[in-house]
Order: sequence, then C-alpha cells, then structure tokens
Amino acid sequence: MARDWRDLFITGDGPGAAAPDPDPEPERKRRGFFRRLRENLAKTRQALGAEIQATLFEGDLDAETWERLEEALIMADVGAATTARVVGQLEQEAEAGGLEGGEALTRRLTELLAELARTGDDRIDLRHDPTVILMVGVNGTGKTTTLGKIAWHLRNELGRTVMIGAADTFRAAATEQLEGWAKRAGVPIVTGPEGSDPGAVAWDAIVQGRAQGCDVILVDTAGRLHTQDDLMAELAKIRRVIAKQMPDAPHETLLTVDATTGQNGLRQARLFAEAVQVDGIVLTKLDGTAKGGIALAIAGELGIPVKLIGVGEALEDLRPFDADDFAKALLSV
Amino acid sequence: MFDALSEKLQATLSDVRQRGTLTEDDVNTAMREIRLALLEADVNFKVVKSFTARVKERALGADVLGQLNPGQQVVKIVHDELADLMGGAAAGIAFSPRPPTVILMAGLQGSGKTTATAKLARHLREQHGSSVAVAACDVYRPAAVDQLVKVGAQAGADVYEQGTDRDPVDIAGWALDRAKQEGKDVLIVDTAGRLHVDADLMDELVRIRKVVRPHAVLLVVDAMTGQDAVNVAEQFAEAVQFDGVVMTKLDGDARGGAALSVKAVTGKPILYASTGEKLDQFERFHPDRMAQRILGMGDVMSLIEKAQSQFDEKEAKDLERRLRKGEFTFEDFLSQLRMMRRMGPLQSLLGMIPGFAGSQLRNLKVDERELDRVQAIILSMTPEERRRPELINGSRRLRIAKGSGTSVQQVNQLIKQFGQMRKLMQQVGRGRMPDIGALMRQAGR
Repeated sequence: MARDWRDLFITGDGPGAAAPDPDPEPERKRRGFFRRLRENLAKTRQALGAEIQATLFEGDLDAETWERLEEALIMADVGAATTARVVGQLEQEAEAGGLEGGEALTRRLTELLAELARTGDDRIDLRHDPTVILMVGVNGTGKTTTLGKIAWHLRNELGRTVMIGAADTFRAAATEQLEGWAKRAGVPIVTGPEGSDPGAVAWDAIVQGRAQGCDVILVDTAGRLHTQDDLMAELAKIRRVIAKQMPDAPHETLLTVDATTGQNGLRQARLFAEAVQVDGIVLTKLDGTAKGGIALAIAGELGIPVKLIGVGEALEDLRPFDADDFAKALLSV
Repeated sequence: MFDALSEKLQATLSDVRQRGTLTEDDVNTAMREIRLALLEADVNFKVVKSFTARVKERALGADVLGQLNPGQQVVKIVHDELADLMGGAAAGIAFSPRPPTVILMAGLQGSGKTTATAKLARHLREQHGSSVAVAACDVYRPAAVDQLVKVGAQAGADVYEQGTDRDPVDIAGWALDRAKQEGKDVLIVDTAGRLHVDADLMDELVRIRKVVRPHAVLLVVDAMTGQDAVNVAEQFAEAVQFDGVVMTKLDGDARGGAALSVKAVTGKPILYASTGEKLDQFERFHPDRMAQRILGMGDVMSLIEKAQSQFDEKEAKDLERRLRKGEFTFEDFLSQLRMMRRMGPLQSLLGMIPGFAGSQLRNLKVDERELDRVQAIILSMTPEERRRPELINGSRRLRIAKGSGTSVQQVNQLIKQFGQMRKLMQQVGRGRMPDIGALMRQAGR
C-alpha cells in the first residue's frame, strides 16, 4: 500500500485529524479524493510494474543465478558496488540456510532492497512557521515541475497557504513556467527579472511569505551541474541568504534526480549535499522504462532518503515514495 | 569527459603494461576491471559484455602472446575496439541541395532539446553561414515557446511560433511553408520532450516527421543517462529512424557511457557534443578522439583546434619579435591573457592535456578570479604605464590598486612577476637557457 500525502508530511494537526478543508462540500470532496487516490495507486503500480521477473530464481542456486540477479540490478542502474553488497548478503543468507525456493528468496531480496532504500527520516516536517522548502538539482531533472506540483498538493489537499519564490533567474522563461504553475495551484509567487540575483528573490519570497502569514514557502533554483563550482557556491549563498531571514531555514532541501540517470547520480547527490545539505530526493520520470536504481545507491551510500516520486505529467503523478513498491519495481520486467 | 574511465583503465593496464608476457589470468583480471569501469561509466550491461568478450578474444590471440610488449598491445586493442564501437571519423549533417534543409529534434524531457536547438542554429550559422529558422513545436511544457523565442533570438535564428493552442503537427507544416517562402537555408524543428513509451506522443512525433520530411532527425541524449539509454534509443529509432545523436551535458563529470551504448545498439553516430551553458559551447563530436581520451591519451587535437581558432599569425610574429628585443609590455600580456581565456575555462583546457586525467594534478583548481584580478590591475593602468612599467611609482601603484579594487601588495606582486617574466623571455630570445631553478625558487617565495 503506497503512502498518502498525509503520511509524507508532519503537519502538527494531531494524529488522525483531517487537514482544514476549505471546500464547502467536504463529503463530495472526500469521495473525489478517494477516487483519485485509487486511480493514482493504479497508475503507480502500472508505472512501477509490480510483476517481478519470474525467472529470477529459476532452477538451481548456482553462480549463474547470482549473475542473473546482478545483471537485473545493474540494468536497473543500482550500480556495481551496491549490487555486490545486496547480492553478497542474499547469497550468504541462502548458504546459511532458511531461504528455500524462489518465493522466499524473492521476498527476502525485496526486503533487503527496501531496507536499503528506507534510510533516515523520509517525511517532511511542516510544523515550522513558516516552513521553507528549497528545490535544487541538475538541469532538466524536473525541479520546477515538481515544485509546482508540491505547491498544488499543499494548497489543495492539505489546505496550506503557500508562497513560491522563483529564484531560477537564469534559464530563459523559467519564471514564466513557474508562474503557470502558481496560477494552477492558486498560490502567490515572487519573481525577479531574468539574470537578477537569485538570492534576492529568495529573500523577497521569505519576507513576503512571512508578511502574508504563509504556512509554506517553496523556493525554486536554477538547474546546475554539480561540477560548476561557481554555481554551486551561488546555491550555498542562496541557502545562507535564507538562513539570515530564518536561522533554521531552509527546513527541507529536496534534490531532484532523473530516474534515467546512471551512476553519475551518486556524484550529483554527494556534491549537492556538500554544498547545501540535502534532506531528501525527488525521483522524477519513473514513468518510462528506467527503474531509478541510482536512488538505492544514494540511500545506501549517502543515507539520503527518497521522499517523492514522479510518475507522469499530471498533478496527481507526483507521489510520496514507498520503499516496498520501489524494491519490487526494481526487479520487475 | 571520460576522465574517470580513462583513469581506471590506466590503473588496470599500467599493471599489465609492466609485465613482459600476458597469461590468461592477466587477461581475465584486466577484463574484469574494464568491465567494472565500463559499467560504472553507465555503458549498457549487454554492450559491456560483448565488448569485453571481443577484447578478450583479440587479447588472447597470437598477436599478443609472445609479443615484446603485450601490455601495450592490450591498450591498443581496447582503444581500437572502443573507437570501432563509437564509429569512424566525425560525421556531420548533410545539407539538402534544395533548401531548406530540415532538421527534426527529438528526445526525452529534460535532455536539453530546446537549448540544443538554439546551439545547433548558432553553430550552423557560424560554421556554414546558413540562414536558420527554428520552429517551436513544444506546446506542452509551460513557457517552452518563450524559452525558444529567447534563446533562438540569442542564436541569431528566426523563431517561428504560433503559441500553444495549435496542434504541433500543424505548426510544423506551417513553419516549413514559411521557411520555404522566406528562403531559409535551414529549418530546425524543436519538439516537446516525450517518453519513448508514450504511444500518443510518439505518434505525434511520427506525424510531425511525415509533414516536414526532415533531412536529418537528431536524438538528444543526456550524457548522464544510465542503462536505460538503450531502451530510449531503440524506441526512438523504431518510431522516427533518427540519423544521429546530440550528446548534452558533457561538461559535467558523467563518464558518458550512454554514448557507447546508443551507438552500439542503433548504429547511429554521435554528431554533436554540447559542453556548457553558453550557446557557443557546442561542437562536432569526434569519436576517434574520444577513444583516445578514454585511454588517457588526452584530447590534444581539440586543444590545438581551439588555439588555432584564436590565433592570429601576424600578431604572433610581431609578438615574437618584440619578445626577443625585450619589448614585451603589459599590453601584450593582456592580449595574450585574453586570447587564452577566449579558448574557454582553463579547467576544461587542462582536462585535454594527456596524462592530466590520471595524475595528481586533476584535483588542481584553477582560480579564474585570480586572472580577473590580474586583468583588472592591468586595465587600471594608463596606456603609458602599460608600455613602460618602470614608470609605476608608489602613488601610481596606490591609484592602480584603488582603480582595480585590489591592494598595493597585489599590484606590487604582479609588477614584480611581470619583470621576471620579461627577463626570462629576453634570455630565451638571446638563445641562453635561463636558470629555471632560481626562478622557481623566487616565484615560490
């Protein structure tokens, strides 16, 4: 069972309490919500392809079996080191006895993978006043789209007031793109002229967000390669500028990682974490044939959990991450 | 680009290289390392398998065993196979005898199509003097049309757009008619990013292809792509039979194994490499050079080409004459500095030097700001001072420091270093070897 948005966020509304519902017809809205949730789950399952390769543990357990398993994980972009770690552990447990038959082995394997994916705190704490969320990542990984969708969910499902800061002042038309999202989500946005100081935009967004009593402030940044030292320094500066306004902010820094990314994703996560202290990964574009196994390597080696996944273009296609579903999907056909 | 991979292969093969003969065990060890390095570089698993099998077969053949230096033979085999895998000499786009030559861009979301479209437009305009138009057919991503309008204008191309309300297939057809009417040499059609498994959008791409009947279809591939590159390439090849690939984001530290995979499974060449955020950071892809680079042989050809494009022969002869006479001035120094910096960021130039990738030096960081400071100091001098540095006394130094936002100490240091350099050049000019050791000790102080 995949997680719900209300499981992802720590809201301080008390256990079981529903989010403040601005809709005058709560009953209809709730029904709509469950219908949408069902559809979402179906879509997630479809995207993540829950069918595990049946042939994985066919026949005798021999060198060929482990090789086949290695191949499956490497083809999923899990990487050689993490693959060796997982397969080694399973092989050891199988030799020690207790794992009989393909079904038990498959179950144990998905458990091992899910354990590896489940690291750190995979929720987002919204109890700050306001909570500042910073989006960072390499060009083209889906930062702006993700931020727009988070804004929509916070506003329309959790009833939070949101302010967006469009601190990607570099890419042509990035601000226009985000303005489109702000309109869709029905939230205000702070922008700056193209080529202006992104730190200044972040600063303004927080000043205005606080003045208007917003619950959450989302700050978008320009995509940058982790190897561009000057741009990474700029990102660290944006973070410092935010901290000047609120000493403990940003409360959450999310790194978007494209699921099609290979082993370079590990370098991305490491260098972004060094520059701005990343709290969570948003694994985007999982609706293709890529499995996003690099997220497992990132979780295993750097201890940074995946918090959200993107499985399509629609608003509902941004979903809270579920380690068990993800583990199964890694081994699917 | 492939620095990390070349480093690994160097480490693996330096071991083999030191040995006189090659046993089967040696070959197996080397192959295991090569296999791991290629996987880490995101070369597709199946491509790696067949590649190492081929190399092993050749390495174990009679042409290696019993040879004087089998290690080097293995290096050569790996190199040849890599070059084979990536294709022959650099290919380009074939222009149609009846313009406009139509180029269709396709790829996944976020691979960099819109930027690559503008860069290609600029490249064709600069290299071939073509008049280029670009068509904005991405009506889905918010503000994608705005982005193309902006970068297309920067690239000096006409941007044909009809907003986001029309069908992209219609826009493409309209843009082709307009390009014909306006007598454009080239029309580049930018399309929305789409997943290779999205049947509707792939069908739309097929229909755009039918309408514009492109002379070349280019697939844009992110250099950071992992194992999935093979699926993407196969699906796009089946739907739109692309003719070549543009690799983007090659300025990062991704090892770019996707380049090998895509070429291996589709047989289509990589035509262009996109290597930075700026519109001019775009070049023809050189598979032969890339193979050398993988093996740590450096990319000397690119370096020479870059230098040549910035080099003015007459100016250089003039400079040489003045150097010999000891007439080298701050003005000459400034123009040299500017010429060097026009070649690109120093860090990327260093990466092209053979042996640099594997050496300790790869962690060396070039501080471009230091060069900015030097430039600022020289620019704060009067023309007279630049020609006759001996004029620069204490009060002038203070003025220069203030003007350049530096300190008097920094100005002093630059003038001192310049004096030493001038002396050194004069000595070389007179045919005497200078005392390098003494100079190094001085500089170190």
